[in-house]
Amino acid sequence: MSNKIVVNSTINGEPQVFLCEARQTALEVIRETLGLTGSKEGCGNGNCGACNIILDGVLVNSCLVLAPELEGRAVLTIEGVADTCAEADLHPIQQKYLEHAALQCGICTPGFIVSTKALLDENPNPTEGDVRLWLAGNLCRCTGYDKIVRAVLDSADAMSA
Amino acid sequence: MHAFDYAAPKTLDEAVSLLTQQNGQARVLSGGTDLLAQLKEGKGAPALVVDIKHIPNLMAYACDARQGLTLGAGVPCHSINGDSSIRQLYPALLDSSSLIGGTQIQGRATIGGNLCNSSPAADSTPNLIVHEAVAHVTGPAGDRTIPVAEFCTGPGSNVLKSGELLVSVHLPAPAAGFGAAYLRFIPRNEMDIAVVGAGVSVVLSGNRIQKGIVSLGAVAPVPLLVEEAGAALAGQDISDALFARIGQIAEEAARPISDMRGTIPQRKHLAGVLTRRALQKAIDRARAA
Amino acid sequence: MTTSSQYKILGSRPPRPDGVDKVTGRAVYGNDTLLPGMLYGHIVRSPHAHARIVAIDTSKAEALPGVRAVVTGADLPSLADKMEDLGKGVANLRYSSNNILADDKALYDGHAVAAVAAVDLGTAATAAGLIEVTYEVLPPVMDVHQAMADDAPILLSDLRTDELGESLEGETNVASHFCHARGNLDAGFATADVVIEREYNTATVHQGYVEPHAATALWNADDRIDIWCSTQGAFAARSQTAIILQKPVSEISVTPTEIGGGFGGKIPVYVEPVAALLSRKAGHRPVKIAMSRADVIKATGPTSGSYVKVKMGATHDGVITAAQAMLAYEAGAYPGSPVPSASRVVLAPYKVENVQVDGYDVLVNKPKASPYRAPGGTNAAFASESVVDELARAVGMDPLEFRLQNAVVEGDRQANGLPFGRIGYMETLQTAIDHPHYATPLEGAFRGRGVAAGYWMNWGGKSSVSASVDADGSISLLEGSTDIGGSRASIAMQLAESLDIPYEQVKAQVVGTDLVGYTDLTGGSRTTAITGMAAYNLGQSLRAEMARRAAELMEVDADTIQYEEGVFSSNGTRVTFNEVAEKAHAHGAPIVGTGTAAPDQWGAAFGLHIVDLEVDPETGKIKILRYTALQNVGKAVHPSYVEGQMQGGVAQGIGWAINEEYVYGDDGTLLNASLLDYRMPTSLDLPMIETTLIEVPWPDHPYGVRGCGETPIVPPAGAIANALHDALGVRMEELPMSPGKVLERIWAQQAA
Repeated sequence: MSNKIVVNSTINGEPQVFLCEARQTALEVIRETLGLTGSKEGCGNGNCGACNIILDGVLVNSCLVLAPELEGRAVLTIEGVADTCAEADLHPIQQKYLEHAALQCGICTPGFIVSTKALLDENPNPTEGDVRLWLAGNLCRCTGYDKIVRAVLDSADAMSA
Repeated sequence: MHAFDYAAPKTLDEAVSLLTQQNGQARVLSGGTDLLAQLKEGKGAPALVVDIKHIPNLMAYACDARQGLTLGAGVPCHSINGDSSIRQLYPALLDSSSLIGGTQIQGRATIGGNLCNSSPAADSTPNLIVHEAVAHVTGPAGDRTIPVAEFCTGPGSNVLKSGELLVSVHLPAPAAGFGAAYLRFIPRNEMDIAVVGAGVSVVLSGNRIQKGIVSLGAVAPVPLLVEEAGAALAGQDISDALFARIGQIAEEAARPISDMRGTIPQRKHLAGVLTRRALQKAIDRARAA
Repeated sequence: MTTSSQYKILGSRPPRPDGVDKVTGRAVYGNDTLLPGMLYGHIVRSPHAHARIVAIDTSKAEALPGVRAVVTGADLPSLADKMEDLGKGVANLRYSSNNILADDKALYDGHAVAAVAAVDLGTAATAAGLIEVTYEVLPPVMDVHQAMADDAPILLSDLRTDELGESLEGETNVASHFCHARGNLDAGFATADVVIEREYNTATVHQGYVEPHAATALWNADDRIDIWCSTQGAFAARSQTAIILQKPVSEISVTPTEIGGGFGGKIPVYVEPVAALLSRKAGHRPVKIAMSRADVIKATGPTSGSYVKVKMGATHDGVITAAQAMLAYEAGAYPGSPVPSASRVVLAPYKVENVQVDGYDVLVNKPKASPYRAPGGTNAAFASESVVDELARAVGMDPLEFRLQNAVVEGDRQANGLPFGRIGYMETLQTAIDHPHYATPLEGAFRGRGVAAGYWMNWGGKSSVSASVDADGSISLLEGSTDIGGSRASIAMQLAESLDIPYEQVKAQVVGTDLVGYTDLTGGSRTTAITGMAAYNLGQSLRAEMARRAAELMEVDADTIQYEEGVFSSNGTRVTFNEVAEKAHAHGAPIVGTGTAAPDQWGAAFGLHIVDLEVDPETGKIKILRYTALQNVGKAVHPSYVEGQMQGGVAQGIGWAINEEYVYGDDGTLLNASLLDYRMPTSLDLPMIETTLIEVPWPDHPYGVRGCGETPIVPPAGAIANALHDALGVRMEELPMSPGKVLERIWAQQAA
């Protein structure tokens, strides 16, 4: 065990202070220290997207961010997505994933929903091709992506309506 | 990961000082998409990781039709992809910045890191080479400038000396009639390491190529500048025969290895195919510019 | 065919009970367990494919501050050979134990040899690195051809070939050879006008679930063990753990977490017994072990690489006269490849009286094969569907018409002699022929269309459910079937249908081994059909009890009660289901019920896939342009989830066909144990996947439900190979049909 570092950051809108080792990843701290286990580790090296978070407005793999890098930064995890939409209990993206049966086992779903939010924040009216390109770093092994892509396109429609 | 300390210097001097003190036992953290993956695999056990993203000039970039593009070593691909002036002046650069990893990798990965990681298959290095980019480096002995084409010295190794770090890469202003393109071959359509990468730039005058540069990735220990191809393009009119000749030169220049991602014959063949295709795309861009 | 109007709830698409938890990140998966005082485990794995373990020195790891326990294979009880049926095949329990932690030999790159528990992940990983294992490296055996050679290195010195039921003398890597034969093969081929014989090789592939295996175990001071894990079957995990640890099942409780995909790969236990051993040694603190992705690829899963030879003959009129298949499947390090089930798939769609299928189960220095969606079926159908395509072309028939002409129907016998029940394959083929996809011409250079059929026999097994009726009439449904893709909803729907109440009134949850009756694992496409059957039976029993209570309330004879849409009535008086529940809560005993199912027969599923693709002739890369999967699914309880099963199976089949493979170095070490280089399809690699559901009911199920999840992975490789031939005239005889291999075939074609 090496020296611990105090990190101040904002997690889902709330100021948070945590202790970590330099070698810990943001994902490990978010899950094991902060108890926000919605972000998943599918591969640990940036190839599946299950751990995706939005860091200061930018989509990143939390497994490839060191925990001390979160100092002074704002993190949005899956647990905070619904709260970014004041009008409903669920974010429209979450609602559309449910309606379209866009999840089977659900392990990749938090990463997909976070990615989808980042996409629609940047591009409110994506084409099917835009969606497939944007989500190519999120692996789903259950659905073949068909219903996910439909859910994303329908989310865009619902949010721009 | 092996235990290490973390530092986030706010100035270049501080960063150089930290790196120098560690005498080779420190690693620079830019986007971290290669570094963290390597440390997790047990490749390297640094005593210190130096996060350069708090150094303002490493996070800055400037793009200008006269001055060219200066890209701080810590600028993520995501920033490049979203910048309209880069998109307009250097559309070919996005061929690399928008295909390195998935979207979330591009949120962190940097062109500077791609160069310093010095993989033979790096997706942006051949592209920088055909843009005639130079690398600005600083270190305990001061600043120096190195052409990107001479930066890498082998798989995972480069000209950086102990205590040195990359500050920025500079792409000169595109000449009139300039067009470039980078293509890679991968088995999937995303999320893969290049089996072969090919960058091509041309300066067109009518149907004549005044100047051309070809660079190949993943076919040699370092990204290759194919000088014979440049010589064969210079002053030539565009023709089917020229495409065939350039493809042939690229195929012959490639000196790949066989590994799990491709065989020697496959890579040599693809070097020709991709060079021809990238040449066409570069010409199309030059004409559209 | 049934129509959806026959049912009120079946055929609708309601949200799943676990949906909100899964889209908000609240659902608890295998690695999400956080218990007070929990330690973190880390497993030390062999870097060698084949090595004798000479010594293990754990002293440095034990001395590291923060380390609480270290275990090796020596900590496991030694097991005598004992064969046990774990639900999806028979396994020798000693081998199961040795696979958890190696005994005297490491048999594959990634074989577990020791484990450590420490106060945090980093300390556990550091300690694992301090465990020193001395190996004597042995030559590895990496495919069935090497393994079956006379001078092959031997993996297990005590293994003897089971040759058609007899044990052969001498050391071997061939665990068994079986043969199914009917009719007269020579006579059959003699009457054929065209005979095609081809050999195929396929690579080892992984299920590729996105959630790595994870389990938390507490071996309590009272000697009882609690396990929370991601498993396809809590009871199966319990029985395997009990055997490996030599404990009675009554002393082990398994609570299933949510599961992040399994596809068969989460039937075996890997980390559960190890976490339990560590917990006991660490002073009864809970220990969580979560695998890394590299661990998952190196040490779990895979399904077999294989060698398959198929020979088929047909007359000029397109009648198949004889068929023969030889299948040699990699078992991995211990016996038990899916070659038995592959032998049932390989020629299944074809009516043929002269037939022989030989199967060989062959050991190689790779992880022990575990089930993967229609285990063994994809390799087998790749071979047979390619040969059928060649036969159809040779006799000048449309490949679908050829299949229709030779299609099996109810009563036809399989190679093993068993007759098919009601299968609906003809209906599936006819729908494919009439499908707009097949009717639309495919135009353009380097484009091709292919078709292939697929079959899976599915599985029955046993299921239990129980329920209580709450005061407001809602039903709390407890089930033991792992829900991987919405089965809580599809089982609750069947209960609601049988009770004639709204779906929303049933609250379904999956519970652990102490809370529900024995239930076989989720596998064999059994859960929606068979646990649904148990739910139907439960509904019948609850309905009878509710009717009895209603009769008491209305003071009428129970025989006079009628029930429809939540209302009990008798001679003009009426009381609602919910009123009965409310009154029963106020007066009288609570209303609870159970339902079980263990059918002798269950429905099989046939499918037919159509694919259009384009090949880049300069790179060999395949692009899927259009894909249509048709299948007899029986009654589609929740059509979205049925479509999802078909789309997911197709996606896995496409990955297997085009890019997925284990790549080994000459020394037998795995080179691509990451999701970067083990290339599963991304969203950019697939088109929308069209599905057509054909609903020929299974007559022995109250709602005609049959399993549907496995068949869809069977046809894609064959369909793509056939389409590639249509596009380029090149026949691929190996999987994957990766760009480099296709390119080599194009070059060979150009050279010829």
